Amino acid sequence: MTALAWLIPVALFLGLLGLAGFLWSLRSGQFDDLEGAAWRALEDEDEPD
Amino acid sequence: MSLQTAIPGTVTTEPEMAADLNEDTVSLAVENMHCGGCMRTVEGALSALPGVSNARANLSAKRVGVRYDPLRCGVDDLVGALSGAGFKASPMQSGGEKEAGTSDRDYLRCVAVAGFAAANIMLLSVSVWSGAGGDMDAATQDFFHRLSALIALPAVAYAGRPFFRSAFDALKARRLNMDVPISLAVILATGMSFFQMLKGSDQVYFDAAVTLLFFLLVGRWLDQRLRTRAQGEAQNLLSLQSGLATAISADGSHRRVPAHMLEPGERILVAIGERVPADGIVLSGNGEVDQGLITGESAPAAISKGDAVYAGTLNLSTPFTLSVTAAADMTLLSEISRLMANAEQGRAAYRRLADRAAQIYAPAVHILGAATFAGWLILGAGWETALTHAIAVLIVTCPCALALAVPAVQIAAASRLFREGIILKTADALERLAEADWVVFDKTGTLTLGRPMLLNADEIPDDILAAASALGAASTHPYSKAVVEAAKNRLGTVRIAGDVTEMPGEGLARKTAEGEERLGSPGWCGAREDMSASLWYRAPTGESVGFQFSEALRPDASETVQQLKGLGLGVSLLSGDREGAVKAMAEETGIGDWKGKVNPADKIADLKRRSREHKVLMVGDGLNDAPALAAAHISISPASAADITQRAADFVFQGEKLASVVEAIKVASRAHSLALQNFAIALTYNAVFVPLAMAGYVTPLLAAIAMSTSSILVTVNAVRLSGLGRQEAP
Repeated sequence: MTALAWLIPVALFLGLLGLAGFLWSLRSGQFDDLEGAAWRALEDEDEPD
Repeated sequence: MSLQTAIPGTVTTEPEMAADLNEDTVSLAVENMHCGGCMRTVEGALSALPGVSNARANLSAKRVGVRYDPLRCGVDDLVGALSGAGFKASPMQSGGEKEAGTSDRDYLRCVAVAGFAAANIMLLSVSVWSGAGGDMDAATQDFFHRLSALIALPAVAYAGRPFFRSAFDALKARRLNMDVPISLAVILATGMSFFQMLKGSDQVYFDAAVTLLFFLLVGRWLDQRLRTRAQGEAQNLLSLQSGLATAISADGSHRRVPAHMLEPGERILVAIGERVPADGIVLSGNGEVDQGLITGESAPAAISKGDAVYAGTLNLSTPFTLSVTAAADMTLLSEISRLMANAEQGRAAYRRLADRAAQIYAPAVHILGAATFAGWLILGAGWETALTHAIAVLIVTCPCALALAVPAVQIAAASRLFREGIILKTADALERLAEADWVVFDKTGTLTLGRPMLLNADEIPDDILAAASALGAASTHPYSKAVVEAAKNRLGTVRIAGDVTEMPGEGLARKTAEGEERLGSPGWCGAREDMSASLWYRAPTGESVGFQFSEALRPDASETVQQLKGLGLGVSLLSGDREGAVKAMAEETGIGDWKGKVNPADKIADLKRRSREHKVLMVGDGLNDAPALAAAHISISPASAADITQRAADFVFQGEKLASVVEAIKVASRAHSLALQNFAIALTYNAVFVPLAMAGYVTPLLAAIAMSTSSILVTVNAVRLSGLGRQEAP
C-alpha cells in the first residue's frame, strides 16, 4: 500500500499537467481556427512574421 | 498600438512617422476563403502591402486580422489588395454588441476541468467498487473518498458556475428552468457525499455528480458553439454587404470609406456597376438603375437630379453623385424597418423544443425528487437514506437528452448546411424550418436570377446579333450582358468593338466607315414606338432591330417547385412585379397559387392570413420582401439579396441553385425527427431507472453507468445525420 502514497500524487500531478497544458493552449488561441491550423501544418515556408 | 485613431480608409500623404508605434488593427470578413491555399494567398497579398506588419487569416471564422500602419495604408488598400487577389473582403462592422453570458471558450474551460475531475474520480471510484467486499480495507476506501472530495469540490465549484448562475437568475425571476434541478442535483449530491465521507459511510456520489456535470457541459458547449458560429456568419454577411463607398471630400478629392461609416449630408460617387451604398438624393448624373432588390421590379428605372435612390440599387449606365440622407428620414426604409419590427414581435415568442420540454420536465423532476424524499421518511427511513435516494432520482432524471442530444443534432445539421453554402443565422431556425408546411416565393431574384435573358434571339439574324454584342460587350448594363450571352451561346465567340462611347441614359454608339451604329433606347435608335422591345440596335445603314427580354429563371426553379410539392408542401408566388410577368413565371414553374402587384404591407397581410392555418416559409431577396421575411414563421434569402433582407432572413444560401431550399428543409426535418428520437430514448431510460431510483435500488455505480450509456446513445444517434446526408447527396 505504500506504493499508493506516491503513485496517486504522481498520477494526479500528470493529469493536472495535461489540464494546465490544455487551458494554456486554449488561452493562447490555438483552438480559435481548427480548420486553418490543419492547413497550416502542410505549408512549407516559414510564417512571415 | 497607439491611442491615436486615424479615420479608416483615409489615404494621407503626410510624412512617414515612426511606424511601429502607430499601428492599428482591423478585422476583415473575407468571402470565399475555403482552403489553405486561399488562406496563404490572402495573407500573402496583405503582407505585400507597404505598412502592413502582420496578417493572420482565420479559416473557420472566414476573417483576417491585419496589423497595419494607418499612415502608410488605409483599409481600402487592404480591401483593394484582396480584391486584386480574387477575394471579396470588407471591414467588420464593430457593432460592439458583445453577447452577455458565457462564451464558448468559457464553456470549453469548464468542460476541460469537469472532464479532468470526472476521469480521475471515476478511476478512484472503480477501484473502490472493485475492492468493496474484497481486499480493500476501510481505511483505504476512506482515503480514496477523501481524495475524490479533494478533486470534486473545486471542480464542481468551478465548472458548475454556468448552471448555478442561470438557475440563480431564473429563481430570482420566480421561474423554473432546467438549470434549477441540475444545480440542485449537483449541489445536493456533492454536499451529501461530503457529509457521508466525513461520517465514513460508503454512500459517496462524487463521481456521479461530476460526470453529470461533464456531460451537461459538453451539450452546453455544442449549443453555444452553434450560436457563436451562426452569429459570426451573420456578422460577416452584414459586413460584406455594406462594402466600401467612394466619398467626395469638400476639396473634391475622393476617398474610400466603409459604407456603414457614411454620415448624412456626405457626398458619394457611385461608379457604373456598383451598388448604391447608402440612401441618398441624386446631385448630378442621369442614368438608369436596377431597383430590383428594392421594388421587385425587373425593368431598369431612369433617375435624374433630385431623385431619391436607396441602398442596394445597382447603377447601370452612368456614374452619379449622391448626397447621403439619414436612414431614419427615408420614407421607404423607415417604413420597411417599422413593418419589420412589428412583424418580428410574433417570432420572438417562439420557444425552442428543448425549452418547451424543460417546461414540463423541470417541475416533474422536482416533484419526483420531493416525493421520494417524503416517501422514504414516511416509510420510516432516516433522513440521510431518504435524501440519498432523492438525490439518486435527481441524478438519474437529469436531462442528458435535453442538454446534449438536441444540440448535438443541431450541430451536425448546421455543419452539413454550412458545407453546402447554406448559412444558418439564428440558432433556433432549424427547428422552425422543420415545422414549415407552406412555401411562399418572391419572383425577381428568388425564382429568377434577377437578370434579363434575350427572348427573341431566334428572330435576330446572326450578323445583327454579332454587331450588337460587339457593342454590348463594352457595357455592364444587364440588357447588354444578356445580348452578349445570347451571342456567345449562338456564335461561340464575341468580337469586342473598339472606340465604343457610352451616352448616359441612352446607350452605346460607335462610329464606323458607313456611319454610326447604336445600341440603346428605342427613341435614340430611331425605332418605332413598340412596347414589346426594350433595347434596339441601329445599324450604320439606319435600319433598326428590337430585342425583347424576359427574366432568366434559376436553372432548377421548376424542379425545386416540383420537389417541394413532392414533400407535401404548398407553394405560392407573391411578387411586386406586373401581373403579366408574374403569371408567366407561375405557369412556367407550375405554381398554381400566385399574386402580382403586391406591396410589402400586402405581403405581410397575405402571410398573416396564411399563417392561421399554415407555418409559412418565405423565400425572398428584395428590400420589399424584408418585412415579409420577418413576419413569416421561417425565412430564407439568397446571398445576392439586399442587406436588410439578409438581416431579416433565418437562412442565407449562396450560389444559383434554388435546390438549397429543398436541402435545408430536408436536413431540418431530419434533425427534427432525430431530436424526437432522442427524447424517446431519454424517456425510455427514465421510465426504467426512475422507479428503481425511487425504490432505492440505484447505486452510485449503476447511476453513473446508466447515465453515460444514455448520453453516448443519444449522441451516436445525432451523428447519424451527417452520414445519412452523404448517402442522399447525388
